[in-house]
Amino acid sequence: MTVHQAIETETAAPAASELLLSGAETVVRALVDNGVEVLFGYPGGAVLPIYDALFHEPRLKHVLVRHEQGATHAAEGYARSTGKCGVVLVTSGPGATNAVTGIVDALMDSIPLVVITGQVPTALIGSDAFQECDTVGITRSATKHNVLIRDVNDLSRAMHEAFHIATSGRPGPVLIDIPKDVQFAKAPYQDKHEVKFAHAYAPKVDGDAARIAEAVEMIARARRPILYTGGGVINAGPGASQTLRDFAHATGAPVTSTLMGLGAFPQADPQWLGMVGMHGAYEANHAMHDCDVMICVGARFDDRVTGRLDAFSPGSKKIHIDIDPSSIGKIVRADVGIVGDAGRVLKAMLSVFQASGERRDPNQLKDWWAQIDQWRARNGFAYKPSSEIIKPQYAIQRLAALTKDRDVYITTEVGQHQMWAAQFFPFQEPNRWMTSGGLGTMGYGVPAAVGVQIAHPNSLVIDIAGEASVQMTMQEMSTAIQYDLPIKLFILNNEWMGMVRQWQQLLHGERYSHSYSESLPDFVKLAEAYGGVGIRCDKPDELDAKIMQMIDTPRPVIFDCRVAKTENCLPMIPSGKAHNDMLLGDMAAAEDIGSVIDDAGKRLV
Amino acid sequence: MSDIPSTSAYDLSAAIEPEHRATFAVIVDNEPGVLHRVVGMFAARGYNIESLTVAETDHAAHTSRITIVTRGADHVLAQIKAQLEKMIQVRQVIDVGADDDGVERELALFKVAGAGAERIEALRVSEIFRAHVVDTTLTSFIFEITGAPSKIDKFERLMRPLGLVEVSRTGVLSITRGAERV
Repeated sequence: MTVHQAIETETAAPAASELLLSGAETVVRALVDNGVEVLFGYPGGAVLPIYDALFHEPRLKHVLVRHEQGATHAAEGYARSTGKCGVVLVTSGPGATNAVTGIVDALMDSIPLVVITGQVPTALIGSDAFQECDTVGITRSATKHNVLIRDVNDLSRAMHEAFHIATSGRPGPVLIDIPKDVQFAKAPYQDKHEVKFAHAYAPKVDGDAARIAEAVEMIARARRPILYTGGGVINAGPGASQTLRDFAHATGAPVTSTLMGLGAFPQADPQWLGMVGMHGAYEANHAMHDCDVMICVGARFDDRVTGRLDAFSPGSKKIHIDIDPSSIGKIVRADVGIVGDAGRVLKAMLSVFQASGERRDPNQLKDWWAQIDQWRARNGFAYKPSSEIIKPQYAIQRLAALTKDRDVYITTEVGQHQMWAAQFFPFQEPNRWMTSGGLGTMGYGVPAAVGVQIAHPNSLVIDIAGEASVQMTMQEMSTAIQYDLPIKLFILNNEWMGMVRQWQQLLHGERYSHSYSESLPDFVKLAEAYGGVGIRCDKPDELDAKIMQMIDTPRPVIFDCRVAKTENCLPMIPSGKAHNDMLLGDMAAAEDIGSVIDDAGKRLV
Repeated sequence: MSDIPSTSAYDLSAAIEPEHRATFAVIVDNEPGVLHRVVGMFAARGYNIESLTVAETDHAAHTSRITIVTRGADHVLAQIKAQLEKMIQVRQVIDVGADDDGVERELALFKVAGAGAERIEALRVSEIFRAHVVDTTLTSFIFEITGAPSKIDKFERLMRPLGLVEVSRTGVLSITRGAERV
């Protein structure tokens, strides 16, 4: 028998027997065929057949969460830290509705997820059956794509297509709603390579050559260029981050990044300016304002980045590279819009740049860097240190210093602690920073840490948290214990919803309406109740030893770090102000912080 | 209050820019919920729908054609087109209004009641507009008229003083001149 014949008989064999699989078995088989190793879920009546099929499948690890929102965030953490697709399996009705927050979070931050929801049997759809809800109706605007499977013969195609859609183009969540009778019904399984997709979806990945040439010409002539990079660079894979570094070094341009893009460019690099935006670096925001050519790569001119739009970088030509054509020109007009994958377009731009004789004058950017050095000297992140109480910024600086040489992954919740983490924890590599950017979901960090730790069992995974956010999904501590995941919840506990308190101070005449938690759990006892380890620290001189104790504990830890209660997160571009009109920490001490935002600004979000 | 006008991203629509009308023909995969998806996007992003028609147009390819008339500034219309094209079920979006070869037609039914001279005048005007009488009683007519939306608007204005009772319009249908298919 020749090799050719051998291959032929091998491929022909399954077709001949035409194996019939139940819908539930099809789901499991398709997960395996699409390279899935882990899924996060919670069983219920309408997904029991799928859970039954999972019972017999040793290649899939199922992580039982404590709330369906936790499943979606854990899958996001898993996806963002590995570059793979996150998978969620939940039941109908409340299972699906609980998952909605995480699904929208993934949509906003372009995280690939495949969410499988059970549905009541086809005959009962529309009858207000027990645990019925219109899942595809509810999630239509929450997903990149969703579908209700009414015929088991459509299922294998829909599963394969879901992975294709979730992971290609601008990634996002795809939901497949499967009625219980479809899970029992049988049909021939179709392999990933033999299905014909139902939709004409084909995202463009290679940039237009003429526009790339135009962009490169603009960059070569620029005297004050800046690279403004976002989560799209990270989504484009580790190769894109490397190409970004090469491109930045070739052009000599400074690099700033959005919250979502942190880590794509190493923060130890001298060309790194710090994060841009409302709580970004002084030098980054000033450079964005004064640049002559802005190269936006995989970012979307979010309102937290641009500040006041009519004063946003008024003198610059803008190049916008994005895989999503609707992002280009949505908020800010692009002089050159390039639709394509961030990594591929940067690579093409780099080769054109290098071929075109590179920069004409070696001193072309000298004045620009001299100006940037002046902004840097302003030390925008300065804060007043204390030897009595732990300043939250100090806590993160120490955490960063003490984990510097470790294999560390950081997740966060949402609020002041998140911004301080972004400001004071330096990232040198992509996929190390998991945070809820677009949706701003409090409660993201604990389950995301679970997902990250599942993917990286031997790494140090820390959720930099606030005491308010962390309680929204605290029950996932129980998941961490069950799967022996030594996640660390590092809580900056100031007893306030800190960012709400800060806005009330700045914008609402210091009327602190319902932003103080008058009752909080004892986090040390809470850790112990879950079966983890609790550590409390309220003295700056004990902080290092206790952080080391946390790091060295091979079990889940809740670290209750008691920090200054009314510290404000600065610098800040107040609402309605421009990038070059920042409020700085040392200024705020001197003036009445409540009067810096004018009435027009107070109406804004 | 500050004299600086608010220019936050949240107030983008407050900017005064000339708006105009646009007609998009959207070719979609005919599957459950696709109309909701399109209409939902308009609602979620705050775009107007002035008229909308939909029906399956290619049974073999399983596609439907949705014709949407909307209104907005240039960058809003560009964004509407981009958001439509982003949908997985959308195969093609044609800006029929911007296309010189685009044809837009609408069908309408008008019920006009009256007697005497007004009744005679209504019938005379309907002949000028090449409307058909599809029903009549001794005191009323129902006219069926097709044409560009502006022609139907004009017919309505003329019928109003002549006893117009009720109007029903299909919304705009569109197609491109020439032998090519989209």
